[in-house]
Amino acid sequence: MRFKLSYEIRDKYLRKDMLPTIFCPGCGIGSVLQYTLRAIDELGWSKDEVVWVSGIGCSSRVPGFVDFDGLHTTHGRALAFATGIKMANPDLKVIAFMGDGDTAAIGGNHFIHAIRRNLDVTVILINNFTYGMTGGQVAPTTLKGLRGTTAPYGSFENPFDIAELAVAAGANYVARWTVFNYVQGINSIKKALQKKGFSLVEFLSPCPISFGRRNRMKTAPELIKWYNKITVPISKAKNMSPEELKDKIVIGEFVDRDRPSLNEEYEEYKKRAKKMMGWEE
Amino acid sequence: MRYPFPVGKSDFIQGDEAIARAAILAGCRFYAGYPITPASEIFEAMALYMPLVDGVSIQMEDELASIAAIIGASWAGAKAMTATSGPGFSLMMENLGYAIMTETPIVVVDVQRSGPSTGQPTLAAQGDVMQAIWGTHGDHSLIVLTPATVQEAFDMTIRAFNLAEKYRTPVILLTDAEVGHMREKVDIPNPEDIELVYRKLPANEEEAKYPFGDIHGDLIPPMPIFGKGYRTYVTGLTHDEKGRPKTVDAEIHRKLIERIVNKIEKNKKDIIDYETFELDDAEVAIISYGIVARSAVRAVKILRSEGIKAGLLKLNVVWPFDFDMIERIAEQVHAIYVPEMNLGQLYHLVKEGANGKARVDLIPKIGGEVHTPQEIVREVKKCECGV
Repeated sequence: MRFKLSYEIRDKYLRKDMLPTIFCPGCGIGSVLQYTLRAIDELGWSKDEVVWVSGIGCSSRVPGFVDFDGLHTTHGRALAFATGIKMANPDLKVIAFMGDGDTAAIGGNHFIHAIRRNLDVTVILINNFTYGMTGGQVAPTTLKGLRGTTAPYGSFENPFDIAELAVAAGANYVARWTVFNYVQGINSIKKALQKKGFSLVEFLSPCPISFGRRNRMKTAPELIKWYNKITVPISKAKNMSPEELKDKIVIGEFVDRDRPSLNEEYEEYKKRAKKMMGWEE
Repeated sequence: MRYPFPVGKSDFIQGDEAIARAAILAGCRFYAGYPITPASEIFEAMALYMPLVDGVSIQMEDELASIAAIIGASWAGAKAMTATSGPGFSLMMENLGYAIMTETPIVVVDVQRSGPSTGQPTLAAQGDVMQAIWGTHGDHSLIVLTPATVQEAFDMTIRAFNLAEKYRTPVILLTDAEVGHMREKVDIPNPEDIELVYRKLPANEEEAKYPFGDIHGDLIPPMPIFGKGYRTYVTGLTHDEKGRPKTVDAEIHRKLIERIVNKIEKNKKDIIDYETFELDDAEVAIISYGIVARSAVRAVKILRSEGIKAGLLKLNVVWPFDFDMIERIAEQVHAIYVPEMNLGQLYHLVKEGANGKARVDLIPKIGGEVHTPQEIVREVKKCECGV
């Protein structure tokens, strides 16, 4: 793979009048945004055929910075809005750029149902284990014992494994990387974008300001070291015992399949309806 | 185009069914919903018809998702609708506000049942008037229509779509279980005889740069729908004319919100619709809307036959509200009666409109039954005759 200069990507895809971004020093959202734009660039997709949808939170501000049609919606509801966009105009390619709270807490129900339907959308998920924009409260992904402003003594709840949840709900493509898995990340996004049906690429993304600072990891490099410690490649994880996998996060490609997408199913449904009504043979 | 129901003739159908057929004739091609009594028949009819007219009907996971989906569909270029009842309508308030803020044309039908909470699912009420007008947070305006008959449910559904498209705003069709479930004869016009309105699209690239600006001086910006190459950013945050978030600038917020409110307020004359009955020489007025207005017509006849000069103002639109008209009526009569299937909602608006120029009395009724004409007569006579 030959990489274009970051400046080329920036000049081609970002809205200059929206810069600088709102993101804090050390934040991983910009990196994931760059991977997504590189994937789109390598696929040669036009800016006019892609719609970006988001909910609320730091990662949800991304559609504002990119020069595409974009719908910045309400907290957790991005995929419900995306359902309307994609079903009303199947020619549009839809990317939902979401955070972990957005996806798994307030939007949990929309998330599992979008996957169950196999909605033709690619979710790019920023998982930073925290509610960054509102100041570092715990999220449904916060690992047990880690601190947030609403769990100052360390989270006492079980966290969600969003990628596993997506696999179980029926997604066509699911992968998880840290933001430091540059090449794998871009390749996964490319795969996900080309996939019909629901695809998810989750990124463990550093939030030194709201999350790291409260958990003795004040800088991005400290978070990188921590990710190295807690992540296990999926190939290696297969040979590990549940005890060994405790407190580890598996990264890699979880599933790659081609179940019929919602749009394909609906086309068939329309044909069936007309046939049953005797309108068509 | 072929329709899955008879057109150009009359039919004997339920109010809910009439709303579904009218929506299709109005050009609605996207319906998202969640089942709820007494609105489910709208969804069921849409589920039957939509695939046949190459539209989409989809059952979402809840009401929040339903209204979200129709907003998304609207930005993708479709005329879109959802229908619900009180509890579901409450769940929609967050995204109703989003639709107002982003100036998205959608139609939301609320077939009212009683509340609060789950209340009486199968019985009618008029308890959502204030929720329809003020349910979502912040300063805003929208349009609320109130049909009283199945024919009006049909006609007003078409009008709801036309107003939504014309003013780039959510329109609420506020009906109730009585109208929704009642069967009546409905004249269904030929599709070519129905006047349809479509949203104003940007005429060129330059216009598309200001999706939230008053570029035509009519307070209604053209709507650059997705996929046309305009690359529009839409946000529920306070935004400038280009749609860029500007959340701490008081002036930008004021300008945006005042325009959103004023595009409805300044076009009141075009939007407001009402009928009067025996009101010209009336000494007492009844102000009513929806199903109760039908009892009120009869009540006026009875009161007149008994020597009380009563008249009726039947509101077909409860928001925007014509406070001036109410004041003019209040100057003419000495008392205004507001029969409502609640403990007083429109009553507050009427009282404000009357501005102390006439006494305003509420005739409330809750529990699921419509006021009988005699009940309205009795209440009016009690006050008028001092009985």
